[in-house]
Amino acid sequence: MKRRKAKVFSRKRLEEGFFKVLMIGSAAAVLGSLVLILGTVVWRGLPALNLAMVTQTPKGGYYLGKEGGILNAIVGSLYLAGGATALALIASLPIAIYLQFYAARSRFAELARLALDVLWGVPSIVYGAFGFIIMLWLGMRASLLGGIIALALLELPILVRGMDEAIAMVPSALKEASYALGATRLETAVKVVVRQTAPGLLTAVLLAFGRGIGDAAAVLFTAGYTDHLPDSLSSPAASLPLAVFFQLGTPFPAVQERAYASALVLTFIVLGLSLISRRLGGRLTKHVIR
Amino acid sequence: MLEPQIRIQELNAWYGAEHALKSVTADIPARQITAIVGPSGCGKTTLLRSLNRLLEEADGTRVTGRVWLDGVDIYGRGVDVTEVRTRVGLLAPKPFPLPMSIYDNVAYGRRIQGLHGRLDRGNGRNLDRIVERYLRAAGLWEEVKDRLQAPASGLSTGQQQRLCLARALAVEPEVLLCDEPTSALDPISAQRIEEQLVTLKEGMTIVIVTHSLQQARRLADHVIFLWMGELVESGAGVQVFHAPQDERTQAYLAGDIG
Repeated sequence: MKRRKAKVFSRKRLEEGFFKVLMIGSAAAVLGSLVLILGTVVWRGLPALNLAMVTQTPKGGYYLGKEGGILNAIVGSLYLAGGATALALIASLPIAIYLQFYAARSRFAELARLALDVLWGVPSIVYGAFGFIIMLWLGMRASLLGGIIALALLELPILVRGMDEAIAMVPSALKEASYALGATRLETAVKVVVRQTAPGLLTAVLLAFGRGIGDAAAVLFTAGYTDHLPDSLSSPAASLPLAVFFQLGTPFPAVQERAYASALVLTFIVLGLSLISRRLGGRLTKHVIR
Repeated sequence: MLEPQIRIQELNAWYGAEHALKSVTADIPARQITAIVGPSGCGKTTLLRSLNRLLEEADGTRVTGRVWLDGVDIYGRGVDVTEVRTRVGLLAPKPFPLPMSIYDNVAYGRRIQGLHGRLDRGNGRNLDRIVERYLRAAGLWEEVKDRLQAPASGLSTGQQQRLCLARALAVEPEVLLCDEPTSALDPISAQRIEEQLVTLKEGMTIVIVTHSLQQARRLADHVIFLWMGELVESGAGVQVFHAPQDERTQAYLAGDIG
């Protein structure tokens, strides 16, 4: 009797141990790859990073290793991703509010959610090619505006679904509290639910911005690439992912190092934004009801 | 009996296929406390939430029948549901402050109604006075007067419930619905809410749902007893508690059922 009990006990412990090792292993694999990626970028990019890189546009012969910087790509990327996120945000918040407040569990809403999930999974080169075709049709040339629209389309499903999920988490009693005071659905959505879900909405925005600023394929045909700073919506714009791509493609080691430095700048921008939004998020949670 | 403020006529309610209220007809007298009592799942909350048309906000609910509020059927054609809700306030079982400051919570309904042109929006100092008046009416003013701009989420549960009361009162409803308003509270906070309700009935009609017979005995001038979605008995509190007519009421009051 005693021996059997002991056996069961040890089997449970074995199972427990096995899954513990599995969990620690996968956590280590994820963290390890992150460290490896960041390590490579920092190790190879930091030596090439200097003030000129972030304050100058490419001068003649930059891609052969002569002086200049990637300010064109930094500014271009911020314009592209910033503009796209703003544009997508303007469109997506009303969509998310509509889905949650007016169409909650209707067939139409389910269909819309399915469509958005499919769009989320569509590769960005498809958005780029789609945007390119539309622009050809309209007679537009590669431009900042074209890039912003293509990226906005890419970001839209992320924003809508992120906000949709965040709003779905709001307790119905909170919405009812607002209805019971004579508020309409729209007033409840704008005055109560948006404030309650502000941290979740911010996360969705950050996620969308991150995808937008890191994307190369969608802007390749639509925004083009230039060594100059974009001076209007109709002029082409450079972007950091494409800067990395072009510099890495050169046969000169000095330029390749600059590709890593460009990747490092991109990483810093995303990291900096995460930190700022964390700060901001803390302030936004002040009023959140749990 | 005084002229009833609310007349409920042949009211039926369904959750999907579940028939939750069966042909309920009852009167609710003005400026008194009416308690809706009965065992769990008998339709108390359903009846209460049909009085400000909050029931229809949930999915798959259906209501038929009439509810006359001062002679107007709130389920009638062309009735603005948000106006019904400004005239019939609600105090929910669990306090849910809105995600904003204490001041803004109390001012919320007022500001919304101002937009709809129903109440004086009360701008600036006028709004300050309104907020103070109803925080006092809910017995919360002394505790929060120095931190009106602090988040409402920082208050204790008992304070939050009084804030919700102040918030409901600030819209100046004629009827206040209370859905087990003390069930989430400690005894002292619960007692404070009860005291406020007794004071308030001088100016408004109060309907309270409670599973506590003691609470109903303490507060109720008028009682509605529900059983499995049907109205079994209603009348003055003294009569229903001391001389119940129906044997189900007798059994419930004696503690044999429920």
